[in-house]
Amino acid sequence: MTAPAAPEVLGWWGVPLAILAGMMRGGTPFLFVSLGECITEKSGKINLGLEGTLLTGAMSAYAISYLTGSPWLGVLAAGVSGVGLGLIHGWLSQQPRVNDVAVGIAMIIFGSGIAFFLGKPFIQPSAPPLPTIHLGDWSSIPAVQAALAISPLFVLGVAIAPLLKWFFQSTRWGLFIRAVGDSPDAAKAMGISIFNVRMLSVVAGSFLAGIGGASLSLYYPGVWTERISSGQGLMAVALVIFAKWNPMQCLWASLLFGGAQALGPALQSVGIKEGYYLFNAAPYILTLLIMILTCSPKRTLTGVPGALGTDN
Amino acid sequence: MNWRRTLESICLPVGAILAGLVLFGIFCSLVGANPFGVFGSIWKAAFGSWSTFQNTLIRAAPLMLSSLCTALPARLGLVIIGNEGALVVGGLAAVSMGLAIGTSLPPVGVQALMAIAGMVAGGIWIGAAGALRHYRAVNETISSLLLNYIAIALLNHLVGGPMRDPNSLNKPSTAPLDAVNMLTNMPGTRVHWGLLFGLIACVLAYFLIQRTTFGFAARTAGGNIRAARIAGLPVGKLTIIVCALAGACAGLAGMVEVAAVQGAANESLNVGYGYGGILVAFAARHNPLGAVLVSLLVGGILASGGILQRSHNLPDATVLVFEGLVFLVVLYSDSLYGKLPFFKEKPVDASPPAVTPKSPSPV
Repeated sequence: MTAPAAPEVLGWWGVPLAILAGMMRGGTPFLFVSLGECITEKSGKINLGLEGTLLTGAMSAYAISYLTGSPWLGVLAAGVSGVGLGLIHGWLSQQPRVNDVAVGIAMIIFGSGIAFFLGKPFIQPSAPPLPTIHLGDWSSIPAVQAALAISPLFVLGVAIAPLLKWFFQSTRWGLFIRAVGDSPDAAKAMGISIFNVRMLSVVAGSFLAGIGGASLSLYYPGVWTERISSGQGLMAVALVIFAKWNPMQCLWASLLFGGAQALGPALQSVGIKEGYYLFNAAPYILTLLIMILTCSPKRTLTGVPGALGTDN
Repeated sequence: MNWRRTLESICLPVGAILAGLVLFGIFCSLVGANPFGVFGSIWKAAFGSWSTFQNTLIRAAPLMLSSLCTALPARLGLVIIGNEGALVVGGLAAVSMGLAIGTSLPPVGVQALMAIAGMVAGGIWIGAAGALRHYRAVNETISSLLLNYIAIALLNHLVGGPMRDPNSLNKPSTAPLDAVNMLTNMPGTRVHWGLLFGLIACVLAYFLIQRTTFGFAARTAGGNIRAARIAGLPVGKLTIIVCALAGACAGLAGMVEVAAVQGAANESLNVGYGYGGILVAFAARHNPLGAVLVSLLVGGILASGGILQRSHNLPDATVLVFEGLVFLVVLYSDSLYGKLPFFKEKPVDASPPAVTPKSPSPV
């Protein structure tokens, strides 16, 4: 990924601008996968396979956008491909003695295999990208205009986060998901089908992750290659922990991670070339440090769904 | 006798692999390739002759070592997925050691020190995840996943900057190891000695877990951590030691890749042996000897990538689809133990119901 802004005009001002742009561009896929992972984990399942879902979503979006000429159909196709992978994960990871982490890794291999296999013919052609909303037209500097061209998908993601918070807090279905994730026995006593709720949660989460893939291939970086994802799908799991399973904090965390991702290239473009890759590792180191500081053997994490990752 | 159980534990994995083959065959015919032709090619490329089987063996060696990184902690009930990171730091440490010593020692000594450096680095890497688990209750799955990314960033940083060989233009690399220090092939083959490392490590791991008091303590703690604490087992020490051993195996895989295949550390170090190893461990149900067999299977699948491209015009991602399908079915087959009526023991012998080892779950 290259630095989004051209700081030679702006000098050092390019750095905060690039970080701001990175928050909105690089943060969009983080936002969708982390919200998706949040729904999944609230129901007590872990889906590491969102990396595969993200790639399949990116490929489907690009291919459909190229074939039909409509990027929005591409976004829909990305979501639908996510649903397909989610159905496999949701069903398989709920079989007895099947570990959801293992299924997730198998799904990464399978999903990326499908994406690379079917996506091979689409590496060369260029598909129509999503339209952008130009917030930077007040400025005459092209770099500012480019940095503030935000995607409707970003707006959509920002809107989904509070919606999801309201959904978990104040709706019947939100309560069902939380009950299944916190205390499956109580949920069973309420007459809820644990299998169905988890299935729907995994599928809904994969749908969002697929759309996150669409934002990669149709918005930023806006191409389809086999190296389009830098592990955002896997990072989602860490990000949700970082956000304490709260959709609103998923939003802030995604912005932070997106910005951190842009830090390395931004500094490189103003001449700081040392430690470029170490800056890329910043989000991971940050997550690890925060986990070390907030975890304790004496209590569980606040907000963690009670049945997360257990066998029942 | 228990022959039905034995038969079950043979039939289920074999049946799962066959089912995976059928699904892959359906996939092939959907995309317009002749499935039987594809199977024939895979067989020929992977196991068909001694000459091609050696390609399989070369790929199986790092998988065996890397799978132990997941399989050993799994016996303690931990899900470690930091194989890739441990492999990368192991490779980096081995290269640093090899370059630092150069030719001032006989090659065998250099190789031994490189192996030790790789194992120590990998051991510290995963041992840290174990220590964080024990002292700070940090989920080991997540911390080891994060450590993967940190290791890869470290690799890119060192290879692109401080350790970069100015002669490596297109693909940043460290300076190459001296040719005399490279691991040689076993006599009469194209297969390097790393395969022997893998086999020995798997056999040793099997004995350690199944036949020693240490292994018994680890399995007890994995089965019921509270009971283990009450029995006075040093759970923390067990966690850290087992994790460090596991990391050492993956670190050794990194050393083998560097010293026998790549000759230098570069981005080819993270080509997927890490995540492949995780799947091998789960498919082998965390049995080190089973991991040897599954590694051969996966090595064969990986070795057939080239021929699928050449003779069937299928993209190289085909092997990923194949691998993914086989593993999904193998994981599913785990849930069938004790469910199929044919393999059920007759209820006449009133032995207590056998407990199948539960797959470990992250906390």
